[in-house]
Amino acid sequence: MSQLILDIKNLTVHFRVYGGYLKVLNEVNLAVARGEKVGLVGETGCGKTTTMKSVMGILPQPPGKIVQGKIFFQGKNTLIMKKSEIEKMRQTGISMIFQDPTAALNPVFTVGQQLYDVVRHSQSTDESHSRLSTQEVSIRALQDVSLPDPKRILENYPLQLSGGMRQRVCIALAIARSKQLLIADEPGTSLDVTIQDQILRLLNRIAVEKQMAIILISHSLGVIREWTNRVYVMYAGSIVEESTTEELFSNPLHPYTRALMDCVPRLTGGGTSEGIPGRIPDYFNPPSGCRFHPRCPQAFLLCYEKKPPLYRTNDVHQVACYLYQEANQ
Amino acid sequence: MNPVLEVKNLKKYFSTSKGVVRAVNDVSFSIAPGETLGLVGESGSGKSTVAYTVMGLYQPSGGHILFQGQDIAISHQKRKRVLKKELQIVFQDPGSSLNPRQTIEKILTLPLRLHTMDDNKNIKKIAEKVQNILSLVELPVEYMEKYPRSLGGGEKQMVAIARALATNPSLIVLDEPTSALDVSIQAKIIHKLIEIQQEKNLGYLFITHDLSLMRNIAHRVAIMYLGRIVEMAPAQQFFETPYHPYTRMLISSIPVVSSEEEKLKPGKIPSIGEIPSPVNLPPGCVFHPRCTNRLPICDKEEPKDFEIKTGHWVKCHLWSSNNN
Repeated sequence: MSQLILDIKNLTVHFRVYGGYLKVLNEVNLAVARGEKVGLVGETGCGKTTTMKSVMGILPQPPGKIVQGKIFFQGKNTLIMKKSEIEKMRQTGISMIFQDPTAALNPVFTVGQQLYDVVRHSQSTDESHSRLSTQEVSIRALQDVSLPDPKRILENYPLQLSGGMRQRVCIALAIARSKQLLIADEPGTSLDVTIQDQILRLLNRIAVEKQMAIILISHSLGVIREWTNRVYVMYAGSIVEESTTEELFSNPLHPYTRALMDCVPRLTGGGTSEGIPGRIPDYFNPPSGCRFHPRCPQAFLLCYEKKPPLYRTNDVHQVACYLYQEANQ
Repeated sequence: MNPVLEVKNLKKYFSTSKGVVRAVNDVSFSIAPGETLGLVGESGSGKSTVAYTVMGLYQPSGGHILFQGQDIAISHQKRKRVLKKELQIVFQDPGSSLNPRQTIEKILTLPLRLHTMDDNKNIKKIAEKVQNILSLVELPVEYMEKYPRSLGGGEKQMVAIARALATNPSLIVLDEPTSALDVSIQAKIIHKLIEIQQEKNLGYLFITHDLSLMRNIAHRVAIMYLGRIVEMAPAQQFFETPYHPYTRMLISSIPVVSSEEEKLKPGKIPSIGEIPSPVNLPPGCVFHPRCTNRLPICDKEEPKDFEIKTGHWVKCHLWSSNNN
């Protein structure tokens, strides 16, 4: 793997609640190379967004608490960075777009006011834009996200735009300044399927044009399959499987990944599965060992005792499951 | 077999400050006992309005709703209690459709007390019935004492389904019952719904935006766009040969998880444009501004329903003009 742009090592995050801690993230390891499209897939509450908020430095602390781990962005540990350095990282390094564009935009300011703010804020550090006016940069950003009539949209309030257009505005805000990494947290989930398709196509085009790396967070396996090169599967705060997208979908290994894939209704028909037995574990008192063991049909004694490490089964595939421990020896 | 529900030329208009919104415009369909009709559309297509009008939450602006042959196009207040017993609904968000201050037992007791005429005073018998309903949706009896907030999203939806089943209805309207839930929980609920349907010969009007889900559970699928049903066909035929350009765009946009499914997509038709405001509908065919196969006639005249194969209806000039 060439040059890592983001490298998360053993990240463990707890949340303080009445009477104890919610042990949400459990030693998460995740890496993104320059220009790569990485998917992070998992069900609601598995810790996808918490991981990314930790990266952005927007995890509310308290109640959140980073217990251990390191997050390297371009080789620097962001967890020990000064405030000014984090600020700079957000200006020129990483951007994030969120699931709900309506909540992400301020309803009482026009698109222009919000976009100008972002552009001005970061202008001091970027030479390439300095000769252009704030408005020109903003219009260019809106053109980049294929919004028609950008001059008019600058004067619109978010509520005058449709959901798809709002999400495009959010993307424009994120990429108004060139960035190295874009974190897209369920960018199409609140939109219709035809609009989601447009938004994901747009993100893909921008990533290629601007040579940006993308982390696409989604609960939809279909979205991940179509728009990423490499995937991390997350369950209850741990990465359970990592592989190239092609390999993962043709040869899923972890019992959780397999069960999840069985649950997806197929266009080709074939009925429905019965779902995964049990429910997502309680983070207050998570299961010992592998957190999937209470729901796993193939669990054995070792699974109860110790958290499985990631075992490498081939060049591009790693899985955190004792069923595959021979593969490593 | 006589249909349990027949909707004929249903119209529902809302007047707003910006003009009249034609949310449902001339929609017709029928559902037989034991059949699932999947009503699929994007947000703003009018699918939920159809559901609410059938339930009597809205009074239709025109057309007929025949339930077991009897016209019920009247408001909820005027409907007889016997009718309400036969028609039940499950909403999308169980968090807001269950009363947070009532226990599960109380939530399930109410429909039983209202609709079982003979022994509605017999507390013991009702408690027994509540237990039966809970076991029908595979929830433990202890849940009777619990409040909705202590249940997971999937379990709450199971309670909502149990409440709909309590009165022993013959038709259930399912308004996106699983779209707020994860796939693993969705699979569980869908599995249960199918089991119950087969057991009780229930008719389902399944409102959703998820086409791949419909492929697996619907007997027939109807696609709505801006208040109209643009295509309706038996599920298998529908996915093998979709005719309407909108349907094709929709199927092409679905992210899928295997290459076999990829092959089913009718070419990669890029999705363009957005659903227009229902206040200012485009003239002619409402889909023409987004259509890739537009004909000169499309922005002038609205196409009529055309039966292209037995039971396969499509509303598009591309197909009707070729055959006229």
